[in-house]
Amino acid sequence: MSKLHVTTSINGDPVEFLTAPEQTLVDVLREQLDLTGTKEGCSTGDCGACSVLVDGRLVCACLVLAAEAEGAEITTIEGIATADGLHPIQEKFLEHAALQCGICTPGYIVATKALLEKHPEPDEETIRYWLAGNLCRCTGYDKIVRAVQDAATTLAHEA
Amino acid sequence: MAEAKDFKFIGSRPVRPDGVDKVTGRAQFGADLNLPNMLYGRVLRSPHAHARIKRVDVSAALAMPGVYAAISGADFPGAKHGDIGGEGGGDVADVAKNVMARDKVLYHGHAVAAVAATSASLAEAALEAIEVEYDVLTPVLDLDAAMAADAPLVNENCFTKNLPEPAEKPSNIAAVMNLARGDVDEGFEQADVIVEGEYRIPMVHQGYIEPHACTATVNEAGQATVWTCTQGHFSLRSQTASVLDMGIADLKFIASEIGGGFGGKTVIYLEPLAVLLSKQSQRPVKMVMSREEVFRASGPAAGTHCRIRLGAKKDGTITAATAWLAYEAGAFEGAPMGPGAMCVFAPYDLENFRIEGFDVLVNKPKVAAYRAPGAPQAAHAMESALDELARELSMDPIDLRLVNAAQEGTQAAYGPKFPAIGLKECLEAAKVHPNYAKPVPEGAGRGVAVGFWFNAGMESSAEVHLNEDGTVQIIEGNPDIGGSRASMALMAAETLGVPYENIRVLVGDTEASGFSAVTGGSRTTFATGMAVIQACEDVIAQCKARAAATWGVDEDQVAWEDGQAVPVPGVNAELKPLSLADIMKNAARTGGPILGRASLNARGAGAGFSVNFGDLKVDDETGKVDVLSYTAVQDAGKAIHPAYVEGQMQGGAVQGLGWALNEEYVFDADGVLENPGFLDYRIPVASDMPMIDTQIIEVPNPSHPYGVRGVGETPLCAPLAVAANAVRDATGVRVTDLPLSPPKVLAALEGA
Repeated sequence: MSKLHVTTSINGDPVEFLTAPEQTLVDVLREQLDLTGTKEGCSTGDCGACSVLVDGRLVCACLVLAAEAEGAEITTIEGIATADGLHPIQEKFLEHAALQCGICTPGYIVATKALLEKHPEPDEETIRYWLAGNLCRCTGYDKIVRAVQDAATTLAHEA
Repeated sequence: MAEAKDFKFIGSRPVRPDGVDKVTGRAQFGADLNLPNMLYGRVLRSPHAHARIKRVDVSAALAMPGVYAAISGADFPGAKHGDIGGEGGGDVADVAKNVMARDKVLYHGHAVAAVAATSASLAEAALEAIEVEYDVLTPVLDLDAAMAADAPLVNENCFTKNLPEPAEKPSNIAAVMNLARGDVDEGFEQADVIVEGEYRIPMVHQGYIEPHACTATVNEAGQATVWTCTQGHFSLRSQTASVLDMGIADLKFIASEIGGGFGGKTVIYLEPLAVLLSKQSQRPVKMVMSREEVFRASGPAAGTHCRIRLGAKKDGTITAATAWLAYEAGAFEGAPMGPGAMCVFAPYDLENFRIEGFDVLVNKPKVAAYRAPGAPQAAHAMESALDELARELSMDPIDLRLVNAAQEGTQAAYGPKFPAIGLKECLEAAKVHPNYAKPVPEGAGRGVAVGFWFNAGMESSAEVHLNEDGTVQIIEGNPDIGGSRASMALMAAETLGVPYENIRVLVGDTEASGFSAVTGGSRTTFATGMAVIQACEDVIAQCKARAAATWGVDEDQVAWEDGQAVPVPGVNAELKPLSLADIMKNAARTGGPILGRASLNARGAGAGFSVNFGDLKVDDETGKVDVLSYTAVQDAGKAIHPAYVEGQMQGGAVQGLGWALNEEYVFDADGVLENPGFLDYRIPVASDMPMIDTQIIEVPNPSHPYGVRGVGETPLCAPLAVAANAVRDATGVRVTDLPLSPPKVLAALEGA
């Protein structure tokens, strides 16, 4: 089957690519566009390592067909920090030692951004349920939850 | 050394050196490398748990356009025997057969053939063109049944090792182990109370989030370069060399960042396949396991069946103890029954005990190390039995353990006398912890348990290079799995007396760094840290010599203080101190570049002890168990970066609670794993868990300059029994088998 031509926006840049109809967004991001910051842990939507934002909505890039990116605005981990430096979420993950191996971290940071945009002052339960789709096997979640709480406080002060 | 001292850098919590790359997506993990002209490799896996391979024919696959290589067992060199090395050890021939089956497939998912093609989808299509004929055999799936005298055999050539008389008949019991001291019968006679228990735990998986991945490229001279996510690139290099009968110098291994391992990334799976496929195709080959392949065909932790019997006096003193510990090895020998047997009674000072261990073959994947391999299962049995003993004696569970706790000078059940250890300190800290004083919430129960792991030393190398401006580059060979670059930099900052921010840490590949054993055995901060400290001391000695040359004084006239060469007190007081920057500015004139180095085989890894307690609530309608609160107390010797020590304790607690409450390999009657994904093999998620409170105890390890003990593995040892004991406390019913899943707990409640 011939490939589909997709016109999309990734981290604010206009991007075009060709994709097979069955190819997933995570596959195109990683293998074709060299955006390997988005990780793949399961390919079944269970681990959240491939969390990206599609038109502001948090999704697993392994469950999105690359063709669905047509006309969308996609944000990946590569688009979180700016020319001014790290995003406060990234800074708080570092300060709180909220990562050990780091494979789940890009997914958490993208998921946290989506969480804090919707719930700027989340309580612990909201954080834990929002992040329940992102698996971390190293930290036991304690330091991740604290980093998110601290990031929320910092962002609220900046706002 | 190791007396309490004031540290300037050690004990602080700076941002890790590799942190920014890991929060921005820059850090390169196993599957992140793409090379020009690269092919994608895929593995054909056995649909049977036990079968004889009659024929494998890859020719049709190889004939497909875009398929450039296809291999099967026939493409590997003949079986060579000898110890493979690495963390789990094992026979080279077994490891070779595990990476690619030869005459038999021994578990569902066992690799049978592999291909490399221009795309992943083409490689998958090529697998379907491979013809394999099997003669299906009866699988051996149950641990107890496998040990029966008339059981079908996993391996017809397996004769039980370590028996008093050589075995006459083959058996699924690959090896036995016995440890004993004193007179157990006499000890039980002295006992006022005797408790017994029998405990079963199914296979579980480490559950690292990053699947195994590697990329190999072999040039026309036969020299291979392999990028892989591993806990030890030197170990994987030598394993690959053994299996492929290649020279070590023809294999260069580059460790990528690693997305979790917990012991499971100390063994080869894809690496020799990728090398052979690249050799055949003369193109780079990338191989990445799917999550399903990780579950079916990497190395889970052994399922176990344990029996414990304890006798004690009214005051709690244990007079006799026996343990019977059977471990599933999977398809090849090498279950961690040795460490399990050595750990089971290690926390306690016992006069009379007997321990029997069994390494049992079954048609399931070959087990690999999992964080204190063998110990969590044994500790679950022992600490559950101790909980029952405390109930019989109406003693506080911490008090019972205090009565029997090993301390400095106790002869460990596994042989040596303990130097300074922190078990009593952990127990006493737990006893007075504010969380222990809190009442147990309504409907919940409290569980207490002790954890123990030996910790390892082993071989490490380090170099410390001074840059032109006096900043510092460390080169070592241990993949950073949880913040070890930060620990190395902190120990170097402390030793050299220069700011942490001036130090960078490279995990060098096998050509760039000296040999180091795996990041495993909780050894890296201890052993590689010691190499870094010694390499810094080497740098200091050289800097003092350079200062002496600069000043025109004897070397013994130079001291080292706060990162500077200074004149010894009382003489040459007019000389201005020389910093690393000053020394490097002048280095060309005093002898050239400065680099320090050290290599060692570290002895005296201090044993790690923990005490954990938690309050768990059981829903009596559904059997679901919720963790309400959890506290981990552990002796770290000296916490170099306390946040990452806490992280080990918290992560181990949650991993252990997952093992206790949810996780299990579920096989069908044919030996097919029914839950090879994170949906059905459910590890704890954020909403399952509370905050995990930690208290670090510091009883310095006398064998390390800063008192370090490994902290990575001990955290997984106590949580299994904490959960079991809490459920017992909450319900009055002892559920002896894990996981404490809703159906099992409900059945136990209804049966009570």
